[in-house]
Amino acid sequence: MSTRGRRIREKGIETLLFGCALGSVVTTAGIIWVLTSESVLFFRAVSPGEFLLGTRWAPLIEPRSYGVLPLICGTFLASGGALLVAVPIGLASAIFLSEYASRPVRSVLKPLLEILAGIPTVVYGYFALMFVTPRVLQPLLPQTEVFNAASAALVVGVMIIPTVASLCDDAFRAVPRSLREGAYALSATRLEVSTRVVFPAALSGVVAAVLLAFARAVGETMAVTLAAGMTPKLTLNPLTSIQTLTSYIVQVSLGDTPAGTIEYHTIFAVGMTLFTITLLINVIAHRVMRRFREAYE
Amino acid sequence: MTPREDLYQPRLRRRRVVGRLFTWSCAAMSLIGVGVLAVLIVRVFLDGYPSLSLDFLRRFPSVLMPETAGIKSALWGTLWLIAITLLVAVPVGIASAVYLEEYAADNRLTRFIHLNIANLAGVPSIVYGILGLALFVRWLHLGRSVLAGALTVSLLVLPVIIIASREALAAVPDSFRQAAYGLGATRWLTVRSHVLPAALPGIVTGVILALSRAIGEAAPLIMIGALTYVAFVPAGPLDDFTAMPIQIYDWCDRPQHEFHQLAAAAIIVLLGILLPMNAVAVAMRAWHNRRKVW
Repeated sequence: MSTRGRRIREKGIETLLFGCALGSVVTTAGIIWVLTSESVLFFRAVSPGEFLLGTRWAPLIEPRSYGVLPLICGTFLASGGALLVAVPIGLASAIFLSEYASRPVRSVLKPLLEILAGIPTVVYGYFALMFVTPRVLQPLLPQTEVFNAASAALVVGVMIIPTVASLCDDAFRAVPRSLREGAYALSATRLEVSTRVVFPAALSGVVAAVLLAFARAVGETMAVTLAAGMTPKLTLNPLTSIQTLTSYIVQVSLGDTPAGTIEYHTIFAVGMTLFTITLLINVIAHRVMRRFREAYE
Repeated sequence: MTPREDLYQPRLRRRRVVGRLFTWSCAAMSLIGVGVLAVLIVRVFLDGYPSLSLDFLRRFPSVLMPETAGIKSALWGTLWLIAITLLVAVPVGIASAVYLEEYAADNRLTRFIHLNIANLAGVPSIVYGILGLALFVRWLHLGRSVLAGALTVSLLVLPVIIIASREALAAVPDSFRQAAYGLGATRWLTVRSHVLPAALPGIVTGVILALSRAIGEAAPLIMIGALTYVAFVPAGPLDDFTAMPIQIYDWCDRPQHEFHQLAAAAIIVLLGILLPMNAVAVAMRAWHNRRKVW
């Protein structure tokens, strides 16, 4: 091939590859465009103040009311509960994996934990509904309802253990050996090295890991829809049925709401709220990771 | 001056005991996750095993008679979905990673694309469903077809493929590229003949994990309007469809116990596909890390 032909071919390939890379930017733009343009139709009928500050969510039954706070409350009840499960277990697993486990133990335990992240969320929903609620929660706390936030929080917590564990493990392993050995030289025990040297040095990574896991829990859909029910309410009682932002969207799209009605536009307004919350958490997590990372080596 | 021994209290025995307790509690905590996994698998197996048979794979779902219901349409729907996702997401994902890792200059646009991909990976799957509904179902008039579903799922798994492929490409040492350039290869020839083959195991691991995520997703498919009851196998990409996770959701959501057993049986089939895929991906990564030649 002539030099000129080759150059044209090279340029063509580069342009093609660039086009693919730009696809991700187009996807983001598409998400924002769809959510905004359809939410605008919703906010023509309902004022943003009523939507964001209203305490009753009943868009499908009379008398109608469009206050999103109950959905946000349900979302944070379920995902906050999930963090209560995932943070201690994930953190302890990460400390064990990076500071204590021998190589063979690590090479078995880490993939086993990763399997937890590979199990479909609808399977966790089944587990919550058929096992956690009737076999664990109801025998312990008889007032537990069939659909409840606690069972959703428990299974979503288990689901995000690998996110916390593996990101914290990465953060701990990035702490240089010299720091640990300095502490050992001062006659610190292994526990003191782990908790007073490694943990503080990796704190930014740990915070980012927890935030990313939180964002995942907030966006979790199928397990929460199956386990937590469809009753939007402002409550902190995890043993009752609630509704999250995600499960409201599923409820509407499973029903036969005709396109173009205000009921239909609610899913975009709720989707916008969900997208904004998860995006904020993600952006903060990435900021924390970059801004407060101690640069070693 | 002698050290003030009364100020220095090593309390070594106590510190050692506390340390040992901490070790064991960390080990026990890290086994909780594995324990839940075991309970989950045993539970599902006990619930679903009685309904499992070859006929279960060959029959269509039934709303009235759970004892004759099967997952034929869901299984085929999932196969269609994965085939199209593979064709769309894998080439685009690898091409994006090659551009970002091998071609792009370190400028503002590139950094913006990086940041954008990292944030896309954190967008909830149901939001992709909303995008798919507006973009593919209504704007492109693809309807509730398996093609619309597969394109939606492709957008969802693209960040996963791009991030994994970029890591694999970044791990290829520069000497590989310099060797190819030294022989007069162009940039594309260098990538194709030297960089991509060396990065292939890492890329394949990422692709398998992305596909296994695509197989398990239900929320975006419900969003675009995939049906919960389908008694036919899609004949082409524009046909209506259902998929395994949707079928499982539908059966879980019914009050009758018989349907819950069917859900458990379908979960066994689903995990029977997913767990080996994950195992292959993990084994491949371990194998690749061990025999890395550079």
